[in-house]
Amino acid sequence: MSTVTTTVDSLWEAAFAGDEHRATDVVLDAAGELGAETVLLDVIGAVQHRVGREWAANRISVAQEHAITAINDRAVTALSITRPRRQPEHGRVLVACVDGEWHALPARLLAEVLSLRGFAIDYLGAQVPTPHLITYLHRTGPDVVALSSSIATRLPVAHSTMTACQATGVPVMVGGAAFGADGAYARKFGANAWAADARSAADMLLSRTLTAPGTPHQPVDDLPHLADQEYTLVSRSARDLVRSVYRGLEERVPAMRSYSDEQRQHTAEDLAHIVDYLATALYVDDDALFHDFLSWTGAVLNARGVPAQVLEPALELFAAQLRDFPRARRMLTQQATSLSA
Amino acid sequence: MVTVSSWLRAPCPALVVDAVGAVHGMNDAAKSLLPEKVLPSQWRHGESVHIAERTYTTHRVDNEDDSVTWWLLDETDLLLERERAALLTRVSSALMTSLNPERCMTVVAEMAADHLADEVLVIAPRSGDGHPVTRCRRGESPTYELRHVDVDAVIGLSEALRGFPPVPSRWIDPAAAPEWLAGDVASIVVTPLPGHGVPAGALILMRRGGQFSEDEEAFARLFASRAGVAISAASLFTQQAVITDRLTRDLLPPTLRRYEHVELAGRYRAAADTERVGGDFYDVHELPDDELFVVLGDVCGKGLDAAAQTGKVRTAVHALLQVVTDHDKMLHALNQALLTTDRSRFITTVVGTVRPAGEGLRVTLTSGGHLPPLVVRANGVVEAARTKGTLVGILPRIMTSTDEVVLAPGDSCLLYTDGITEAHGGPLGDEEFGEDRLRRALAACGGMPAEALVEHVHMLAAQWVGQGEHDDMAVLSITAPRRRSS
Repeated sequence: MSTVTTTVDSLWEAAFAGDEHRATDVVLDAAGELGAETVLLDVIGAVQHRVGREWAANRISVAQEHAITAINDRAVTALSITRPRRQPEHGRVLVACVDGEWHALPARLLAEVLSLRGFAIDYLGAQVPTPHLITYLHRTGPDVVALSSSIATRLPVAHSTMTACQATGVPVMVGGAAFGADGAYARKFGANAWAADARSAADMLLSRTLTAPGTPHQPVDDLPHLADQEYTLVSRSARDLVRSVYRGLEERVPAMRSYSDEQRQHTAEDLAHIVDYLATALYVDDDALFHDFLSWTGAVLNARGVPAQVLEPALELFAAQLRDFPRARRMLTQQATSLSA
Repeated sequence: MVTVSSWLRAPCPALVVDAVGAVHGMNDAAKSLLPEKVLPSQWRHGESVHIAERTYTTHRVDNEDDSVTWWLLDETDLLLERERAALLTRVSSALMTSLNPERCMTVVAEMAADHLADEVLVIAPRSGDGHPVTRCRRGESPTYELRHVDVDAVIGLSEALRGFPPVPSRWIDPAAAPEWLAGDVASIVVTPLPGHGVPAGALILMRRGGQFSEDEEAFARLFASRAGVAISAASLFTQQAVITDRLTRDLLPPTLRRYEHVELAGRYRAAADTERVGGDFYDVHELPDDELFVVLGDVCGKGLDAAAQTGKVRTAVHALLQVVTDHDKMLHALNQALLTTDRSRFITTVVGTVRPAGEGLRVTLTSGGHLPPLVVRANGVVEAARTKGTLVGILPRIMTSTDEVVLAPGDSCLLYTDGITEAHGGPLGDEEFGEDRLRRALAACGGMPAEALVEHVHMLAAQWVGQGEHDDMAVLSITAPRRRSS
């Protein structure tokens, strides 16, 4: 008898071993006992969460993350082609990821669940340039667009994509880790709905009709603080910032001078991430977003055996570079203080 | 007194009320407007009052003897115009947003039902099996259906659908209207929805009680002209999009299917976000005896012109395959074909023939001036295929050399275009992604499924570029599937 927990373990083992056939068998067997929706969300979804945790703990690489996800994705396909087709009886939903989002599986799981619940689904997946998405919207005229985004740094793109979809008169539901645990950013951006997970998204779409968006507007109308240009300037000069802070670090941390090419690249990438998250925090005007990222980075770096010793001087150097930007400086200096505390 | 008599003949109604609130006198206009009792004592200066279905703004003038003269300024027409202007603005902004004909029809029907009539039908020109029809009753949600419509059964409808001027409402007898249109209506207006050159459909307004005035009919035409332009633009967009889709369908990268002995996966991203096709291409063709022929390449240039050229190259390769499968002969023939058509557009390409061999695959690879494919072993060893050759389509003769690689289960052979390795950016913004970095990344990719491998490579290059511009990118993996572990 398979329970959700034992099935999650079996699927994890199969996917981790790269054994597609076994993974497919596990999923198909479990679907018979637990039902397709439970397998999609509580088994495959759970394995996917575990992938994220294992990566953060440095137990798997990004490449392994991709490999396991590919096996999981094939398991979804197997489930999808073997389940009985159901004639759509509810509205039409377009499910897509924000452009630049590489985590397509959450959106795919949502598409599958909505389809199981009787919606007509257009699934566009990841890496869809926004112009294609909008063209597709005009062509098909869905009742709702469901947009998924996992990575916080895609939030500005998520917002403009959402606004563009709304400008065609279609309500937009958003979901995914990027929008915050309670969907705070979804509300800030004026999404027509936010769902914590695929199940509640399906429940919500079944229980009520989303209100149509108001008159077309621009992202800055939702976020008046953007008028201070801090987000624009930080994000436009991101690479210059990274370059000058990198040079400054080389002077302050002597150990860096003997770094290998790969170590240099990693350090530069870490700095680029800091700027990306800083820009995003400025965009949504939320210091906590930046601080959460830094404590998470600290934990990840520790797990990778990389001393976080460059983090603190790096933040000081960024703060010096951005001394004319009050919001950015506040985020950087508060954090530097709490790191040294 | 001159002033007294002019007051009496003034076009605006006016009445004088004494200090205790009794009406003291009215001018002629007030007398004809206010036959009944009025209570001016309850009026406040500047407020709107409704009298005999019209709206007046009260204007108070205090006289020296403590009496008050109330002037009534008729604002009915002004308010109506204001309301209509606001409605037209709302219609325009609501319609401007959508390029979907069905949605446009829905918006039109809903707004017309809210403001112009009790029940509204928007009928689009016949398409396929019937006329798209959106119906909306005031206060209800619009419904859309494709239905058979006998356009001659409603006076004015076939005219409207063909773009003739509207038939006056009074000519249309509601009692004679067919059942599908409406029962129990007192008045019907049929207005054409003028489009861009061709009619966009017809708007039918129906009222349960009362007639449409001429003024209302005129406004319905104004409303319809805005609605028609929007519906027409949406239809035009849809037509163009359908044409583009049909014409570019063959230029899109093919959907790769899985074979018993071979996993294939490809990734494609055009340089421009607005286009789905570009100058990179790949294709897979099935040959007899479980063999597959794989081609990946890059036409010089980008954008739609390059994309059109990829279509020609892919068609040429497919046709040549029917007579020649030998790589050298194939590339020579392709070279000749390209030389005789368009000398300005040469290509680089790599072709491969994949055959099952024991547990794994045997892959012969030949490059025509293209980057050599990289073989990623299951254990993470990365080696380049030893094949070289000249560009195709620029010189009268080309030279090629073919390599053969054997893929054991879990091994992959990665074909890619320079959009990957020449991706410019990186964390410092000034470096190329480069082949060395690609090889280093691939060393961590041993034993990956084909889809994961191409996704991973595409992601690394895309993230390297960040928000900057990039060239067309194409990646294709030929992978020998891993065996079942149990």
